[in-house]
Amino acid sequence: MTAQAQPNSFRTGPDEGGHFGMFGGRFVAETLMPLILDLEKAYNEAKADPAFHAEMASMMTHYIGRPSPLYFAERMTEHLREVSTASGLSGGAKVYFKREELNHTGAHKVNNVLGQILLARRMGKKRIIAETGAGQHGVATATLCARYGLECIVYMGAVDVERQKPNVFRMNMLGAKVVPVQSGTRTLKDAMNEALRDWVTNVADTFYCIGTVAGPHPYPAMVRDFQCVIGNETREQMMQAEGRLPDSLVACVGGGSNAIGLFHPFLDDRGVEIYGVEAAGHGLDKLHAASLTGGRPGVLHGNRTYLLVNEDGQIQDAHSISAGLDYPGIGPEHAWLHDVGRVNYISATDQEALDAFQLCSRLEGILPALESSHAIAKVIELAPKKPKDHLMVVNISGRGDKDVPQIAEILGTDIR
Amino acid sequence: MTKRIEARFEKCRSEGRAALVTYVMAGDPDPETSLQILKSLPKAGADIVEFGLPFTDPMADGPAIQAAGLRALKVGQNTVKTLELIRRFRADDAETPVILMGYFNPIYTYGVDRFLADAKDAGIDGLIVVDLPPEEDDELCLPALKAGLAFIRLATPTTDDRRLPAVLANTAGFVYYVSITGITGAATPDFGKVATAVERIKRHTPLPVVVGFGVKSGAHAAAVAQGADGVVVGSALIDALKGTLDAEERATSRTVEAVTTLVKELSEGVRSVAKRAAA
Repeated sequence: MTAQAQPNSFRTGPDEGGHFGMFGGRFVAETLMPLILDLEKAYNEAKADPAFHAEMASMMTHYIGRPSPLYFAERMTEHLREVSTASGLSGGAKVYFKREELNHTGAHKVNNVLGQILLARRMGKKRIIAETGAGQHGVATATLCARYGLECIVYMGAVDVERQKPNVFRMNMLGAKVVPVQSGTRTLKDAMNEALRDWVTNVADTFYCIGTVAGPHPYPAMVRDFQCVIGNETREQMMQAEGRLPDSLVACVGGGSNAIGLFHPFLDDRGVEIYGVEAAGHGLDKLHAASLTGGRPGVLHGNRTYLLVNEDGQIQDAHSISAGLDYPGIGPEHAWLHDVGRVNYISATDQEALDAFQLCSRLEGILPALESSHAIAKVIELAPKKPKDHLMVVNISGRGDKDVPQIAEILGTDIR
Repeated sequence: MTKRIEARFEKCRSEGRAALVTYVMAGDPDPETSLQILKSLPKAGADIVEFGLPFTDPMADGPAIQAAGLRALKVGQNTVKTLELIRRFRADDAETPVILMGYFNPIYTYGVDRFLADAKDAGIDGLIVVDLPPEEDDELCLPALKAGLAFIRLATPTTDDRRLPAVLANTAGFVYYVSITGITGAATPDFGKVATAVERIKRHTPLPVVVGFGVKSGAHAAAVAQGADGVVVGSALIDALKGTLDAEERATSRTVEAVTTLVKELSEGVRSVAKRAAA
């Protein structure tokens, strides 16, 4: 898939129409077109305004708790070196965790929400809508809406409402209204459809706060920009810790916002290997959510990207143990990075993620989110094959507390 | 290239009335019933027929059309079969314009060039593709115009005078004014505002302007027909259809008639308003 010419820089996209190569774009109903043009204009003005950046920086420090640590995962590293030795390689990369799970609300999602809510305030929008899968983006949105006194409506697939009850309750406590979506397959993609339908209906006062690097331009670029704090901090922190850049980066990819946030600042450092980990669900030959590995280009939710579709162009059900990765598409910039070959997209199954969750909990005293556990699963596979001086960073994009009831059930423990 | 559409609006103008445009979903509740409905529409008073191309994720549609699409997909409806139904309709009716309405992904997956050739061959006159604004004209609009198919654009209450020329630039056949900000089958519009909006659009284009979204009865149709060149009705027809289905969502002996009865009422509504002959 590396047929396209390698660009001079991987960091210049998107073009004016919102394209990353052939991906991205603005595939929305006419009613929404003027709104996304307004949003693009407002975002460009905010980007150029030092006051906007100052407010972001202050809230990042005092409210979210940034910078998040870059932590040397010593026992994980030792364990993987033993694995390496046992396989006769005597290697094993030095593994660092980027601790996004320590952010206020427990995941990377809040970085983006802060940016969008400050933008909504600049635009004078008082009503905020969002879609959510696992509930992390919904919780982050509800949190900042509470903080700024804004009305908040979160669309969540009825299936996800059922499997992520703690987060539904959190959103309610924060004053948000959670709307269970009964249409279609009743998961994240349908929540996004319903949010778009709300936006088409309430055009005057409503700001749509999208949770990932998907949707019509300017969302993929804007959300990426707000998440790049992850990679920018990682660069500085690694320079301080080791005096050089990391050798590899690993992050899970659903829509792909935590991954692009870590990857983007390193895209032009050609020596840095980059791995995006999709959800292989029950396996790539069965039900899964790996759009790049098992999908094809198509158009959904405002952008062209890789999608799980059938031969008639109908969207197929995705499956992952992790609600946050359970989406039949992926951000358009990832689709492009896949096609130009800059990022290696691999996948982890439900079982691999579950095993990684348990290993990480026992070795490091950190319960990672099931989403992040997909990335850790591939670190477990990749790190033993690398030499000992190889520096590997994995993004712990969220904490696993929200997943505890689900994991207990899978492991056969009744905790109710 | 838009001859059938032009001829039909010309006929309505000569009769001093607005056109009735009907929308039903291909394959809902099954292919043969949907073809029977399609064939019965012109006889019941429809001037132009829109046929919906089913899609799993219709982001601009309300519950009625969402459910219609899922019913059609459940019985195996797809793009190939939809084109085949239109081909069969066209074999009996050489004059009624047929507009295919849907979302881009099924067309993109089918392949744009192959789709345009097959659509033209099946007897389709125009396309309405909800998620292709003028910003994405290279995708399908310009190839469609080149292939001799009308690309009918939606204009909405958020399309201001500054944006309107871009929206109208490559549109052909007619302009579809969406009467509300919202999804299909939802709120009923303020008919006074709709008339003002139609006047505004007509200042920018010689094309006929039809109005849809929220039109549910003969009285609504008559109200819209005062100012517009045509009235579009979709969700109300689908609701009428749905009301006749059995517990397994299959057609019954009343299904076709329920739709045609409402079309007759709408047609009477449209015909009750006398308009000036063509200026």
